[in-house]
Amino acid sequence: MIMRSYLALSLALFAAPLAAQNEDLGEPVGEGGSVETAFEENASEEGGLTGSVTDESDWQDLGIAIPAFATDRERSTPANASGTGALGGEIARVITSNLRNNGIFKPTGPDALPKPSFAQITAPSWGSWTGRGAEMLVKGYVTARDDGRLVVGCYLYDVALQDELIREGWVVRPADWRRAAHKCSDLIYARLTGESPFFDSRIAYIAETGPKDKRVKRLAIMDSDGANHRFLTLGSATALTPRYSPDYSQLLYLSYVDGNPRIYVYDIGTGQQKLVADTGNPTLAPRWSPDGRSILYSMAVNGNTDIYRVSANGGQSVRLTNTPGIDVGGSYSPDGQKIVFESDRSGSQQCYVMNADGSGQRRITFFGGRCATPEWSPRGDQIAFTRIAGDFNIAVMTPAGRNLRVLTNGWQDEAPTWAPNGRIIQFFRTARNSGRSGLHQVDLTGRNERRLPTPVDASDPAWGPIRP
Amino acid sequence: MTIPNTRIIAIAVLSSTALLGACAKKAPEELPPTPQATATPTTSGPSTTPSGPGVGTQGHFEQAVGSNAVVYFDTDRFNIDSTDAAALQTQAQYLGQYSQVTITIEGHADERGTREYNVALGERRANSAKNYLVSLGIAANRISTVSYGKERPVALGSNAEAWAQNRRAASVVIN
Repeated sequence: MIMRSYLALSLALFAAPLAAQNEDLGEPVGEGGSVETAFEENASEEGGLTGSVTDESDWQDLGIAIPAFATDRERSTPANASGTGALGGEIARVITSNLRNNGIFKPTGPDALPKPSFAQITAPSWGSWTGRGAEMLVKGYVTARDDGRLVVGCYLYDVALQDELIREGWVVRPADWRRAAHKCSDLIYARLTGESPFFDSRIAYIAETGPKDKRVKRLAIMDSDGANHRFLTLGSATALTPRYSPDYSQLLYLSYVDGNPRIYVYDIGTGQQKLVADTGNPTLAPRWSPDGRSILYSMAVNGNTDIYRVSANGGQSVRLTNTPGIDVGGSYSPDGQKIVFESDRSGSQQCYVMNADGSGQRRITFFGGRCATPEWSPRGDQIAFTRIAGDFNIAVMTPAGRNLRVLTNGWQDEAPTWAPNGRIIQFFRTARNSGRSGLHQVDLTGRNERRLPTPVDASDPAWGPIRP
Repeated sequence: MTIPNTRIIAIAVLSSTALLGACAKKAPEELPPTPQATATPTTSGPSTTPSGPGVGTQGHFEQAVGSNAVVYFDTDRFNIDSTDAAALQTQAQYLGQYSQVTITIEGHADERGTREYNVALGERRANSAKNYLVSLGIAANRISTVSYGKERPVALGSNAEAWAQNRRAASVVIN
C-alpha cells in the first residue's frame, strides 16, 4: 500500500503517548440519575381539550396559570438552600419559562399568582382561578422523602370545565429536581398539543471564546433549557461537531488533540475517550445510528472524502460511498433504513439519500442553491438542512426533496438539529465580520424563533433524544 | 481527478527553469535522509543570509520562498492554477535543494461554507498542493497534510477579499 511509508512517517511525527488523546479532557461530570414514575393517570379522557390542536397558532393564546408547587411540610433538601417550599416555587418557574420560551401557550408564573396550599393541589378553589384569564391551571407538589429523594406531583386542570385533565408524579434525586420540572412541562405540552415531549432532553455543543483568528473551542453539554451546563474539554485542542449517543452515555466529536482532525468517542461516565477509526487518515462528521450500535463517519484519503460505517464496538469499517469528491455527514432515518447525506459529486453541495448499506444513492435536491448538513427528523417526515443560496438559512423538505420551506433569514444559519419530537429545530447563527456565534431555535412554522442563552458563544448544537 | 490540465502548463514552465530541471530528476521514492544531515547551501540556491534562520526552520523556508509558501484557491475549488503552480515550483526548488526538510501542507477554507464540508475541502486543497509537489519530484513521504477547514482564518473580515486570502494551502516546515 502506497500510504504505508507516509503513514509510518506521520505516526512518528504526530503520535504522542497514548495518554495524549486525553490531555484536553476536563474532570468527568458523571452521568445523571434516573427518574422513576411515581404515578400517572389520565383523569378525564373525555373532558377538556380532547384530541390534539394541530395548528400551532391555536396554542399561542392558551393562557396557563402555574402557581408555586406546594409542599406537605417544610424540609431541608440539597436541591434548595431554603427547603422544599422554596423548591416548589423554583419548579413552577422552570415550567413557566419552558412554556414561554418556546412560544407555545401564554403561561403566568408563580410570582404573579397566589400560592396554593398542599390540600388545594388536588382540590383547586376554582373561584380564585376563573377570573385570571387562564384557561388551564398547573398545580403540583414537592415532598422530601426520608431517604432524601424528592417526590414531585404534577396536575393539569381545565379551569372552564373545572376538571382534571392529567396527572403524573416522579421520584428523583435532589440533584435531578429540574428533570421533574421538565417532565411536568412535557406532560402539559403533550396533553395540550398532542405532540411528543421534548423538554426532558440534553444538548451537546461547542463553546467558543477568543478572537476570530484564535478561537478556543470546547466541548460542552447542557439541559434543553441551558441549565446544568458543563464544559467537557479544556480548550487546548479545537473541538467540533459533537453528537450525543441515543442513551446519553457517550459523545462523538471531532478533536485536534493529536494535531489532526480525528473523531473520538467520549464516555461521559468515565471522562475518557478513544479514537473511533485508527486509520491514520483525517476523520470527521461523526453520527450515531438511531439504535446506537453503529457510527457513521467521513474519512479523507488522498483528499477524497467518503462516508463509512463502523460498529460502535469497533472492528472493520464499511465504505458506503465511493465517488470522486466530498461525501460527508449522513443522518439516519428514524427506522435506521436510510441515510441522507451531502455530496458535491454533481459539482456543488447537494443532498442525497441512500439505503443504510450504501446502495441506491440518489440526489433529492434540485432547487436553486445548495443543500448541506441534512438531518432527518425523529418523526421521519422531514429533513432539515442548511440551504446555501447567497446567505445560509435553515430549511426543511420532505425525504423526497419536496415542499422546500425556508425557516430562518440570518446571514449565516447553519447545522440544524432536531428537538426529540421533531417540532423545533436548533441551529447556530454566525454574525458577519465578528464571527461570533450563538444557538437559536425555530419551530416548524418559522414564526417562533429565539436565541438559547449560553455562558459564552456557541456553535455545532446536537439535540439528544427524550430522557427515559 | 485531482490535477487538472494546468499540470501540462506547469510542467512546461517547470522545464524552462534550469534549477528545477535538476531537482525534478531526483529519484522521488527515497526515504528522507536522517535529520542530522546538514546541507551545504550552494551559491546558486535561494539567497540566505549567513546569520539568518537555519535550514529546517520555517524562517529559513520563508526567507527562501517568500510569499510562495502559500497558494490560494477560488471559491469551492481545489485546482492548481498557473499562479499556484509557480509558487509550488519555488517550494519544490527549495525542497529539492534541502532534501532533509519535510513539510506539512495546511489546507484552509473561507468562513462561507458549512463546517464539515470545509474540513473536507481544506484536506482536498492540501492534497492538491501535495500532489503537485510530488509531480515535481518531491517524495510524497516528505509532505504531510492537515486541514483546518474554516477554523483558522488569516483575514478576519467578512468580504470577498478576506475570503480569498483564507482559501489557501500553506506549507509549513516540520522541525
